[in-house]
Amino acid sequence: MKPRYPGYQVLAKWNSPSFDDSTRAVLARRLGQVPPRRFLTEAEWALLEAVNRRLLPQPERSEPIPITPWIDAMLHEDRGEGYRRPDMPPLRQAWRLGLAALDDEARRQHGQGFAALDGAAQDALLQTLADNRVLSPQWQAVHAQRFFVHLLLKTAAGIYYAHPAAWDEIGFGGPASPRGYVRLGFGQRDPWEAREAP
Amino acid sequence: MNSQDQPAPRTGAGRAPDVFRRGGWVPMREYRDDEAVDFAIVGAGAGGATVACKLAEAGFSVVVLEAGPFWRPLEDFASDEESQQQLYWLDERLTSGADPIALGGNNSGWGVGGSTVHFSMISLRLRPEWLRARSLLGYGVDWPISYAELAPYYEEAEHALAIAGPLRYPWGPPHRRYPYREHEMNAAGLVLARGAERLNVPWSAVPLATVSAPRGKSPPCVYRGFCNFGCSTNAKQSALVVWIPRALRAGAEVRDLAMAGRIELDAQGLASGVHYRRADAWRFQRARNVVVAGYAIETPRLLLNSACARFPQGLANRSGLVGTHLTTHAGPGVWARFDEEIRWNKGPPNMAVCEHWNYTDAGKDFAGGYAFMSQGPLPRAWAQLVATARGLWGAALREAMLDYNHMSGLVAVAETEPRNCNRVTLAEERDRYGLPIAHVAFSYSDNDRRMQAHATRFMRRMLEAAGGRATWTSDDTSHILGTCRMGSDPDASVVDADGRSWDVRNLWICDGSLFPTCGGVNPSLTIQALACRIGARIPALAARGEL
Repeated sequence: MKPRYPGYQVLAKWNSPSFDDSTRAVLARRLGQVPPRRFLTEAEWALLEAVNRRLLPQPERSEPIPITPWIDAMLHEDRGEGYRRPDMPPLRQAWRLGLAALDDEARRQHGQGFAALDGAAQDALLQTLADNRVLSPQWQAVHAQRFFVHLLLKTAAGIYYAHPAAWDEIGFGGPASPRGYVRLGFGQRDPWEAREAP
Repeated sequence: MNSQDQPAPRTGAGRAPDVFRRGGWVPMREYRDDEAVDFAIVGAGAGGATVACKLAEAGFSVVVLEAGPFWRPLEDFASDEESQQQLYWLDERLTSGADPIALGGNNSGWGVGGSTVHFSMISLRLRPEWLRARSLLGYGVDWPISYAELAPYYEEAEHALAIAGPLRYPWGPPHRRYPYREHEMNAAGLVLARGAERLNVPWSAVPLATVSAPRGKSPPCVYRGFCNFGCSTNAKQSALVVWIPRALRAGAEVRDLAMAGRIELDAQGLASGVHYRRADAWRFQRARNVVVAGYAIETPRLLLNSACARFPQGLANRSGLVGTHLTTHAGPGVWARFDEEIRWNKGPPNMAVCEHWNYTDAGKDFAGGYAFMSQGPLPRAWAQLVATARGLWGAALREAMLDYNHMSGLVAVAETEPRNCNRVTLAEERDRYGLPIAHVAFSYSDNDRRMQAHATRFMRRMLEAAGGRATWTSDDTSHILGTCRMGSDPDASVVDADGRSWDVRNLWICDGSLFPTCGGVNPSLTIQALACRIGARIPALAARGEL
């Protein structure tokens, strides 16, 4: 992927008026204190890691934006979105059952676990979840499409785009307190905003 | 729950946080639990904070019980979407029906100030005819008060919130000028303006509750664009920075992290106080009146959870209507890529509005109305929308996200019909306090669907007229209203026009639950106007000996 905003780094503004202490504290934790595995089993972690590599592939990064550790932290803290459908199990159970069903689905479709498949086969398998064209009876406990879209995908996308490296990638201004912005109109850019490659 | 999710209460020992100073405090009057206060108010959001202020200023003794924390925006609010999820009600609820509503961050607040801490600051009045929707427009139900009765309180709320708005708002009856000048329009808003001009319909700057010039300790808005994640500069005129400091000065006590569990009745069938949980202990605040202001899910939940021998169906529920007739605003969205750079994260998220289809009745194939506004989602929320609405993932998702600075969109605030089947009930499952959790069931009516289809078509035309390419659509909802509706007939409503329960005369409701119909605009200004009115009616009733 060709960089759209070459050289732009939100974190270069760390000591500028675009950052305040509360934001620095939050981002220091996100960057420097990636949580250890506390909730998922080693096998579940490895499986989820393989899934996240397909949901948000980052082949160009030597240090990919971590996603799995933050999902584990969310499950460890049992911190969900505050609602679920009555036929969905509670948060922790939904993730655990969903991951098990996903691996079972891989064995039924391809004869081996998800992590052992190549990238194309993994993508094809995930698409069957997205389309709700699944074989495993384990999906009776957790709806395949909802697990894929509202748990796996929505969560991973949220974590990825909460990371400063993702903000660099899309040219987002990032933290903006107390300075904010001055130039608001069409095609107008403050000097502390990303410049798009011509 | 980890310790981060369980902060310690801040108010007490004669003081409350000063929202305008890091680490600061202001004095606070306190009452003992066994001291019967004039009003115990449950909830400190748009309804509860406003009525607390009005009642305290009228000389009543007031204790406010708020389930969430008491924030100091300057020290507690990072410029960060992820960490600011702390502003939402994230305790579990069930959501079902043909069109289950997303709850949590979509339509709830948790903390002093309630959802006004993270609302978009859109401060619109209802169309006058909507208060007589059944009589004049042939749908829904009539409100028990007229627009003329509400108008002075709209004006009071607009001035209390120092609304920054246009010199002349193109829709509705003329009213006093907004107290602050309108904000400079961002490019996302100019897209709407350009499209509206090309389709020959009016548009306007949104009247916003964020100041365009200094006001007291609030600096002017700096257009940082994190409004839906808390305002870290206090430019936003939320209930936390407007009504709560006034309420405290007038002698109200605010207890943060105090979760109401049950309203107690005495032998005469009148409310005698509120059982609430704070610092890991159940306590009981005695009160001569109880006001429930927990918004349209927690308010009916508390009434239903307060069922007793005299009222086995829950309090204020002789009509059987508590929890029913839930309305929401459907939020169909249309999105497009523009050749120009928009950079829609700058400025408040919704700066331009078109209310054409709220005020035009001819040529519609549906009853009711909708407004729509320009948009400015931040990357986390935007990525989640792109992923879930378009089904994009993998390299395709990352590729689509590269267009962030070139995107613009329009999202409607579309009325839904009040229907008995859309409702809040209690589930078997219990929360961390041991209280049955809420179950919200919702399905659109055929009329609701026709309105959304109309909105989607019209917004797509407007975006394309403005130069948008490759449009696509999304679905969402916002706001929850109507679950304890007010009315003039005790058999057809939960409370009267003053928010007073027909069944328990010293029990009041003051929040969005009151709305008999929801109109096609964001509700917070109307909730605050109703609270100002109730806050004026109660002293008038007291003066006549009718309390």
